[in-house]
Amino acid sequence: MIPSTLEYTKARSIDEALAAVAAGARPLAGGMSLLPMMRLRLASPGAVVDLGGVPELVGVCEDGDELAVGAMTTHRAIANDPLIARHCHVVAQAAAGVGSMTIRNRGTIGGSLAHADPHGDLPAAILAAGGAVIVRGPGGERRVDVGDLITSYLTTTIADDELITQVRLPKDAAQSAYAKFHRRAIDWSIIGVGVSIGADGVRAAATGVGERPMRLTGFESVLDGGGSLEAAIARAAEGLSPTADLDGSTEYKQHLVGVLAARAYAEASSR
Amino acid sequence: MAVDYTTQTTGGIGDAVLRKEDRKFVTGEGRYVDDLKLPAMLHAVFVRSPFGHARITAIDTSAALALPGVHAVLTHATLPVETGVLSASNPGGDVRHPEQAILAKEFARYAGEPVAMVIADDRYIARDGADLVHVDYDPLPVVVDAEKALEPGAPLVHAEYDSNLVKTLEHVTDGFDDAMAKAARVIKLRVDNQRVTPMPMETRGCIGDWSDSTGEVTLYTSTQVAHFVRTFVSIVCGTSEAKVRVVTPDVGGGFGAKLNTYREEFAVCAASHAVGRPIKWIEDRTENAVATIHGRAQVQYYEAGVDDNGRIVALKFDAVQNNGAYNMLLTPSISHLTLFMVPGLYDIQDISIRIRQTFTNTTPTDAYRGAGRPEATHGIERLMDAIADDLGIDAAEVRRRNFIQPEQFPYSSATGLIYDSGEYEANLDKALELSDYAGFPARRAESEQNGKHRGIGLSTYVEVCGLAPSAVTAALGIGAPGWEHSTVRLHPTGKATVITGTSPHGQGHATSWSQITQTELGIPFDDVEVIHGDTAFQPYGLGTYGSRSLAVGGIALYRSLGKVREKARELAAHLLECSIDDLEWTGTAWQVKGSPDRAKTIQELAYAGWTSASLPEGIEPVLEATTFHDPPNFTFPNGTHVCEVEIDPETGRIEILNYTAVDDCGNVINPLIVDGQVHGGIIQGLGQALFEETVYGEDGQMLTPTLVEYLVPSAADVPPMTLSRTVTPSPSNPLGVKGIGEAGTIGASAAIVNAAVDALSGLGIRHLEMPMQPGRVWKAMQEATS
Ligand SMILES: Cc1cc2nc3c(=O)[nH]c(=O)nc-3n(C[C@H](O)[C@H](O)[C@H](O)COP(=O)(O)OP(=O)(O)OC[C@H]3O[C@@H](n4cnc5c(N)ncnc54)[C@H](O)[C@@H]3O)c2cc1C
Repeated sequence: MIPSTLEYTKARSIDEALAAVAAGARPLAGGMSLLPMMRLRLASPGAVVDLGGVPELVGVCEDGDELAVGAMTTHRAIANDPLIARHCHVVAQAAAGVGSMTIRNRGTIGGSLAHADPHGDLPAAILAAGGAVIVRGPGGERRVDVGDLITSYLTTTIADDELITQVRLPKDAAQSAYAKFHRRAIDWSIIGVGVSIGADGVRAAATGVGERPMRLTGFESVLDGGGSLEAAIARAAEGLSPTADLDGSTEYKQHLVGVLAARAYAEASSR
Repeated sequence: MAVDYTTQTTGGIGDAVLRKEDRKFVTGEGRYVDDLKLPAMLHAVFVRSPFGHARITAIDTSAALALPGVHAVLTHATLPVETGVLSASNPGGDVRHPEQAILAKEFARYAGEPVAMVIADDRYIARDGADLVHVDYDPLPVVVDAEKALEPGAPLVHAEYDSNLVKTLEHVTDGFDDAMAKAARVIKLRVDNQRVTPMPMETRGCIGDWSDSTGEVTLYTSTQVAHFVRTFVSIVCGTSEAKVRVVTPDVGGGFGAKLNTYREEFAVCAASHAVGRPIKWIEDRTENAVATIHGRAQVQYYEAGVDDNGRIVALKFDAVQNNGAYNMLLTPSISHLTLFMVPGLYDIQDISIRIRQTFTNTTPTDAYRGAGRPEATHGIERLMDAIADDLGIDAAEVRRRNFIQPEQFPYSSATGLIYDSGEYEANLDKALELSDYAGFPARRAESEQNGKHRGIGLSTYVEVCGLAPSAVTAALGIGAPGWEHSTVRLHPTGKATVITGTSPHGQGHATSWSQITQTELGIPFDDVEVIHGDTAFQPYGLGTYGSRSLAVGGIALYRSLGKVREKARELAAHLLECSIDDLEWTGTAWQVKGSPDRAKTIQELAYAGWTSASLPEGIEPVLEATTFHDPPNFTFPNGTHVCEVEIDPETGRIEILNYTAVDDCGNVINPLIVDGQVHGGIIQGLGQALFEETVYGEDGQMLTPTLVEYLVPSAADVPPMTLSRTVTPSPSNPLGVKGIGEAGTIGASAAIVNAAVDALSGLGIRHLEMPMQPGRVWKAMQEATS
């Protein structure tokens, strides 16, 4: 639990931060995932650039039919934000269930997406909502759908010299909910499922089901086709093969996907 | 017992006084090993084996030594020690004790075994240096499972022996075979008491400071047993015990993990000798998972012969105890404690016990809160429910029919103990009433309507505490006594210093010892200072473990206080010019009987004893007394725990709805501290029942090395608890106290598992192993219903 020696700088602007990452520094957001990785020496960046001093990266505002959320906005701020609660409940609910209060006070939405933990709650919730990220790098800005962002365990399509600056959340995800299953009162999800019922159908996505958050396409297609909830639950884990571990077997986790999808769907429908 | 936790009334025995030590802890002013900084101090990090079993063929330290800031890299070949780690435990006299070198010598036998030690200017450089030590390992076959370790052909953990057997403990009563043959039925049960990690909030840590000029060694260490450590440091490092001082700063929890003498403690002393500067080592959290002892790890096979009324007429217990790769200070004695407590609080006179201890390629196991006794209690309490279930008798009723009755005390158990006192049925009745056991069926029906399975579980326990009469420890093959020391010193101003051989690390001895002093000697609570854990101040202290501190150390204090009071009496008689028989003790003064105006307060007498202007014939100056108290018997706390749970049939998640504990720890010095010990103990038992398990893969790699995988309960996981007491004072000591440090842990796990099994009994489920994680419960439900 002793990190190796590193250089630390604190950026004052996005440009300063971009310059630092271009020079090889690793972005440091809330540090709630990066610091444990460094202490375990799973990560040993020679330099980090702290994004905590860049005001443009924090806050939530309306922008057309989307909400623009600064990458450095904390889980706590997201859980308590009235715009997100109104327009994109699934994300607010997921953020409220992350770790403990201390974690939520430091951990950020941008950090969660960039870190891409296979048990992270925010990526699945944002995938269910149909969100995207704005990535900025030496070549300018690009927009990436969250479904195209995470490719594998702790791996994204963001290059080393790029930063997530914003998360875009649709405003039509009001009828949505996140159901999380975990062991202790405060814990990572074993499985978490977000469901959003929008104008163009049901979107559902799960965490804990493999190397990245996955859409529950079977579940979605049954409901979109007018099928029953029971029939949808039966197909919720279709195509998913969550890894068996100390929390339970693959079969158990597949079963949980159905249970949680049903719970999230029921809650979303009642909103 | 409704205790007002917010106000302090007075400070005598029985008062719920707020703990005097808490202010510094809650304001962050406690001083732990890591807070200490010695001049010129260097820092150590250990290189540990990544393999469960391997031959070390070469160690190349050159790259590490080349790193700026690294002062030395020590290995088995260069660390100046005389022996390896010593064990004090040899029950039966023929326990296999393989050498446990301070740094691995040729073989590493568990993942995490220390192989080399890097010493540098700071911890960060030392850690970087550790990555640069190149060790060549030849991996060898591994065995981690205790039962598999006993199979023929299993990989040998220690090649010098022909098997992995450490020791077989056996105890069979003469009438056992006949009694078992006559049993109306035999009920069998296998229970796996899983391996867990003690996980104190403060990990281990130590600083060795060897002075070349004087030859004196000072070791600052986070321990429960400073004097044991001193004795062993002198032997391992080859120096005079009189030159070794061990200092225990504040200790952030131990739970038995610090009732030991560890390689790192010897290594920092020897390395300080080699390098000539003080050396600090602080264990990190993932290191703690592999480098500090584990607990439990016992697989049990029960066979109960019962008559048609559910009375146990014969009991067979066959267990395998996983000792890990080496024996630590008390490892072979831990399952010996299980042996003694196999019958629990039931009148079972025909018994057959076999416990086979094995070596495996895992971190050594040793004492963890309850140490061998939770294993016994958990097993027999699961068994009682299995019997109740088999015969269709209520769980409380089957216990009643088997209890030792009040008139049977002192009771000779089939395993050779003499239980001191207890009223088990009265205790059970109180717990059943408080938990509204009678109203449970209605609550179950209500839960069923909400689609939930509801269950209630009982655990009735007795434990053996107050370790230990020295003649008994000797007979059990423990090379250390069980007495305790105290000194009471009155200062000229009438204030008192109490020096105790106990070693509190969360138990609040400063408070309880002050309360005893106020009641027995009339020195106000706030005028008493308690010193502990520094071998420079004490003749010898045995430390804190086995719920012994009050029942042994508290009695040593009580006796010193009595000696001081009697000396004060002689002085008072001399000053008041009367005979000692004319004096009566008022609680704070000696006075001439019936004449309050002719009295000397204890403070006046402390001053008179110091000035020594006029002393009676044959009396030495100063009011001070020392006692070495060897207890005549153990004590036997007991109690009943009742737990009620609800299980979600969709997910298998268990929710504890309420928890009731009625404990009998004899007389109570401070109800607040007793409740705190019970709360904490129950939470640790809950942790084992629901969350905690230290898991090894077949290859010897630990799968739970961080707190992401090893789940300890937090405050948010704690259910509402109702605590109460019954009091049957222990007849074996003058305060009538028994001990409460381990009771909660001993009672809790079975109550919770019994509740969960009860909840699922409708599905035909008869047993659940711990930890009862939802995935395991769900699987059991699936199997039962398919
Ligand atoms: C005890 C504990 C419990 C937790 N429980 C949960 C839980 O229940 N659910 C859950 O979802 N999460 C949980 N987390 C993780 C938490 O949500 C983290 O906050 C999150 O995963 C990472 O966010 P961060 O802001 O802390 O990022 P950091 O740790 O600072 O960074 C994480 C990674 O993202 C990179 N990064 C950060 N910001 C950017 C950016 N703007 N652009 C590009 N790269 C960036 C960093 O370089 C690093 O690689 C828990 C963490 C802990 C310690």
